[in-house]
Amino acid sequence: MKEELRGKAFKFGENISTDLICPGKYFHLRSNIKKLAQHTLEVADPEFIKNMKPGDFVVADENFGCGSSREHAPLIIKESGVAAVLAKSFARIFFRNAINIGLNPIECDTSGISSGDELRILPEEGIVENLTKGEKIKVAPLMETMKNILEAGGLKEYVKKEQE
Amino acid sequence: MKQTLTEKILSAGAGRKVKAGEVVFVNIDWALVQDGTGPLTMDVIEELGKGVTNPDRQCIFLDHASPSSKSELSDNHIKLRKASEKYSMRLFEVGEGVCHQLMAEDCVVPGDVVVGADSHTCMAGAFGAFASGYGSTDIAVAMATGKIWLKVPSAIKIVLEGELTYPTLAKDLILYLIGELGASGATYKALEFTGPGVETLSMESRLTICNMAIEAGAKNGIMPADDKVADYILEHRGVSFDFERLRADDGAEYEREIKINLSELKPQVAAPHSVDNVTTVEELQKEKIKIDQVFIGTCTGGRLEDLRDAEKITRGKTKNPNVRFIITPASKKIFLEAMREGLLDSFMETGAMIGTPGCGPCVGIQGGILGQGEACLSTANRNFKGRMGCGESFIYLASPATAAAAALSGEISSP
Repeated sequence: MKEELRGKAFKFGENISTDLICPGKYFHLRSNIKKLAQHTLEVADPEFIKNMKPGDFVVADENFGCGSSREHAPLIIKESGVAAVLAKSFARIFFRNAINIGLNPIECDTSGISSGDELRILPEEGIVENLTKGEKIKVAPLMETMKNILEAGGLKEYVKKEQE
Repeated sequence: MKQTLTEKILSAGAGRKVKAGEVVFVNIDWALVQDGTGPLTMDVIEELGKGVTNPDRQCIFLDHASPSSKSELSDNHIKLRKASEKYSMRLFEVGEGVCHQLMAEDCVVPGDVVVGADSHTCMAGAFGAFASGYGSTDIAVAMATGKIWLKVPSAIKIVLEGELTYPTLAKDLILYLIGELGASGATYKALEFTGPGVETLSMESRLTICNMAIEAGAKNGIMPADDKVADYILEHRGVSFDFERLRADDGAEYEREIKINLSELKPQVAAPHSVDNVTTVEELQKEKIKIDQVFIGTCTGGRLEDLRDAEKITRGKTKNPNVRFIITPASKKIFLEAMREGLLDSFMETGAMIGTPGCGPCVGIQGGILGQGEACLSTANRNFKGRMGCGESFIYLASPATAAAAALSGEISSP
């Protein structure tokens, strides 16, 4: 996650649960991530998948990803092409799952970001730049263990590397 | 160094004395997956190619689609059955019950470290165990290596005093607490329950309370291991299990302390669409909220005690004609006992239908999916938008007694 990321923000509220991201209604599609990804965040915003482009960002308030342990929630966000999720805070299991599957969860003060804002993320510097509003936001640093897992591309890759 | 109960158990698991904030590798005693999270776990185990450590302590539960409502789900069941055979892991078949309930009936003992690819794994904390939910990949690695990495959580001390008085039940206590803490008020932390009130709670009540620690964001919920835990193990497994009566050290450090007098609590409801949106039944009933479906079941409302508490209210009465009344016992054992006690007869005479042991409609897969604009009063642990299969429906969470009262009146009303 060293290269800079650039895309548009899609803003969501607080307590975006895994039922909003990946509804139980599509439980039977869990073995088909491509198909399941067509329903990413559907209950929160039915138009999201139509409107977003690969490289864009999901931006939310507190407690993003609360609820169930379904790893399919970060998996389909990643599969849909979202480059990173930015939130004021994340629910514990979602945060860990996101790191484990190689989706970058960025904890920062998202209150100034609106839908449609153009963002640039500089992972090395730990900075989110809101190009539309001309603001710079500091990113909360990741725990060392998590940084290593994310840099390996996910937990599976990390464990494989450790085994070598 | 004085330790919290969580720190003590994780110290034993790490093989050295640990404290809150440390990142440690911990040996696990149990790992579980269910039919929603398990297929992905099995893919990762396969890819890692290391096999599975202690396979008789790795459990696969077919409980979410119980029985299966779609061919894709049946295919997942086939995949999990094959994996259990290949790696000699324990398999709990469709119809046996909800994973957490079966872990309680068959597996967990005080001091265990339990990890599961299901967020409500924290229920096992009622045994005086460290139990926490993770995703499929974390559990795959845990199953393969026998260890998990985690940050030892700091803890919030919940001091319980007094005693619950029927019809105020365990669900009312935990809903009240989540309302106080907020949906993310305990994120990354342990909720440690203590005080004289804990001893007054049955094991079944303790399970309901610890189960919902995650609804405040907590890593785990935990209670001291006392004689009631021993009695529960003896009752369900037919063995006397001798264990140290584990509790936190006096003087252990807590981030904050919350006191709750159980005697003063009243029946509570969590209104849509968040578990911390809590108010008293007394207050909410003024709004005369019509209910289309009442669901009594799941790992926080489908135990024998729950069914007994509900049946006391519905016995000899007829349900409201506008309500679908669904009862789903949390396990086969509970189903059988409820049948022997005449509870199921009684519910059916009231107008209820009885579902197969498992998660039922709680996760929106089968057994009572809601339609547009419908409202359900449920004894489950989550009321998120879309949870019960329809994004445009409304889920209220309450105790089995409050649910029973709604089945009769057709609206949210005091038990």
